[in-house]
Amino acid sequence: MIKITKPGLLTSVQDLGRYGFQKYGVITSGVMDTTAHRIANSLVGNDENEATLELTLLGPDMEFQEDTLISICGGNLSPSIDGKPVKLWRSVLVSAGSKLKFGGCKTGCRAYLAVAGGFGVPEVMNSKSTYLRAGIGGHNGKALQNDDELSMGEPSELSRSIYKILAAELHENKFAEMQWTISSDFIASSASKPQVRVMKGRQYDWFTTESQMKLFTEHFEVTSQSDRMGYRLKGPELILQEKQEMLSEAVSFGTIQVPSEGNPIVLLADRQTTGGYPKIGQIATVDLSIMAQLKPGDKVQFVEVSHEVAQQLYLDREKKIHQLKQGIALKIRQESK
Amino acid sequence: MKFTIEPLGDNSMIIELGQDMSHEIQQKVKKVSSFFEEHRFDWVIETVPGFTTVAVFYDPLKIDTTTLPYEEVCKFLEPLLDELEVDDDAEPRVVEIPVCYGGEFGPDLEEVANHNGLTVDEVIDIHSNGEYTVYMIGFAPGFPYIGGMSEKIAAPRRSNPRLKIPAGSVGIAGKQTGVYPIETPGGWQLIGKTPEKLFTPEGDTPSLLQAGDQIKFVPISEEEFQKIKEDTK
Repeated sequence: MIKITKPGLLTSVQDLGRYGFQKYGVITSGVMDTTAHRIANSLVGNDENEATLELTLLGPDMEFQEDTLISICGGNLSPSIDGKPVKLWRSVLVSAGSKLKFGGCKTGCRAYLAVAGGFGVPEVMNSKSTYLRAGIGGHNGKALQNDDELSMGEPSELSRSIYKILAAELHENKFAEMQWTISSDFIASSASKPQVRVMKGRQYDWFTTESQMKLFTEHFEVTSQSDRMGYRLKGPELILQEKQEMLSEAVSFGTIQVPSEGNPIVLLADRQTTGGYPKIGQIATVDLSIMAQLKPGDKVQFVEVSHEVAQQLYLDREKKIHQLKQGIALKIRQESK
Repeated sequence: MKFTIEPLGDNSMIIELGQDMSHEIQQKVKKVSSFFEEHRFDWVIETVPGFTTVAVFYDPLKIDTTTLPYEEVCKFLEPLLDELEVDDDAEPRVVEIPVCYGGEFGPDLEEVANHNGLTVDEVIDIHSNGEYTVYMIGFAPGFPYIGGMSEKIAAPRRSNPRLKIPAGSVGIAGKQTGVYPIETPGGWQLIGKTPEKLFTPEGDTPSLLQAGDQIKFVPISEEEFQKIKEDTK
């Protein structure tokens, strides 16, 4: 069991999302930064779709009531166990009775906490993701509250091997960290004005030439009216050549739509299923993690990419993640011999 | 069938079947949606119908290709979609939605009647005798975009939106009518309420309605409302 003693700003149970029900108006939900979530799971020996806790800006405090294998990936929200800093992007064995706290947000916006065996919450429509607005999924359909207790599922064989390696290191300490970590290739850039690759959207041609150019040359700032549903951006005004109404159609993770006042909105994990605003662009899937780690006040620069290149980048990235997962499993098997 | 395919993102695409909201295009959207339901290709994650489109979300890793997955998928789908024809004989599913009109369930019924120079009974009569089509489900879980309401009972949105509209409320906004599946704020004129659940997260199909359904609103009394409510608990 893990007991939450301070809930943080927004801490919720999420997996890779709820699919197959968008035709019924049910949003996908799921983690904002899929790469960090998948790696966090891999480092504790879980399947990559297992639920993690998504922590936002101001992390929670929690108490471990049993020895627990964890990993924390994504944004650096300054985690510490009983006062001692814990490293990100690696396997960590925490002893029973220890307290995990988070401090200031040093880089990024969201961190993912995975535990071996995943969190024991029921699946709703094939997913453990919390759908906050409808109050379903996750832990009672809500963001975590004070005194919530989360149970853990059955750890995999790989999880048990990692546990064994780290248990030998634990001694008198509150926690033991794995000596190795993953390649920095997988860690979303924390550049001050990151570049995010964007394909032309389905209504790109509806916009003035000037607006089309500005999308790819100027920078945009994430405003405070941003959440898991979407980021409202501030920057040059993007305007249509002529007023045109469109009929609602499906939108996707990373769709950049522009309402009539000209400020773009990037749709994210909790986006609605369909939208009626013109879509000027679509963020390449491989760069969604960079976008998901931006916080209000951060700036971003969009760079044009073709659909073909975006798809090739996606395939290459998936191959690398697959190799990474195999690499982790191999290393653990060798070390646990 | 005439159509165009365009990418939505690098793992999704949109099949466009026309430009306007019409019965004919709605039938095509339905046909293409059921084509995917019947075939269940393993690379398809899910499909999402719009007013004139069907979006297909797919897994590029499940497509075996020497070129790019999108090209392969288009090459595969184009001849199959070409062959599709709207089946004129196919009867749409008709879903009856019982509605208790007026009273506390429909506090704006009188206003809608006054606005159109009708009696309350005339509004109920026109609303419950209309032929309605569900164009798509979106905005909220189970929320139907419905076409086909008579302009005779059209009414502007409330100038002062309600903070809470109870689930099941049947409303009118401009020339549209609809039912709220979950409690939300909103500015629609409320004319009645249904005891049926439009969104059941624990069910096999969480939404009572689907794109393409025909709807019939059936007037019921408050006693009948309570009885159905009890039975569906």
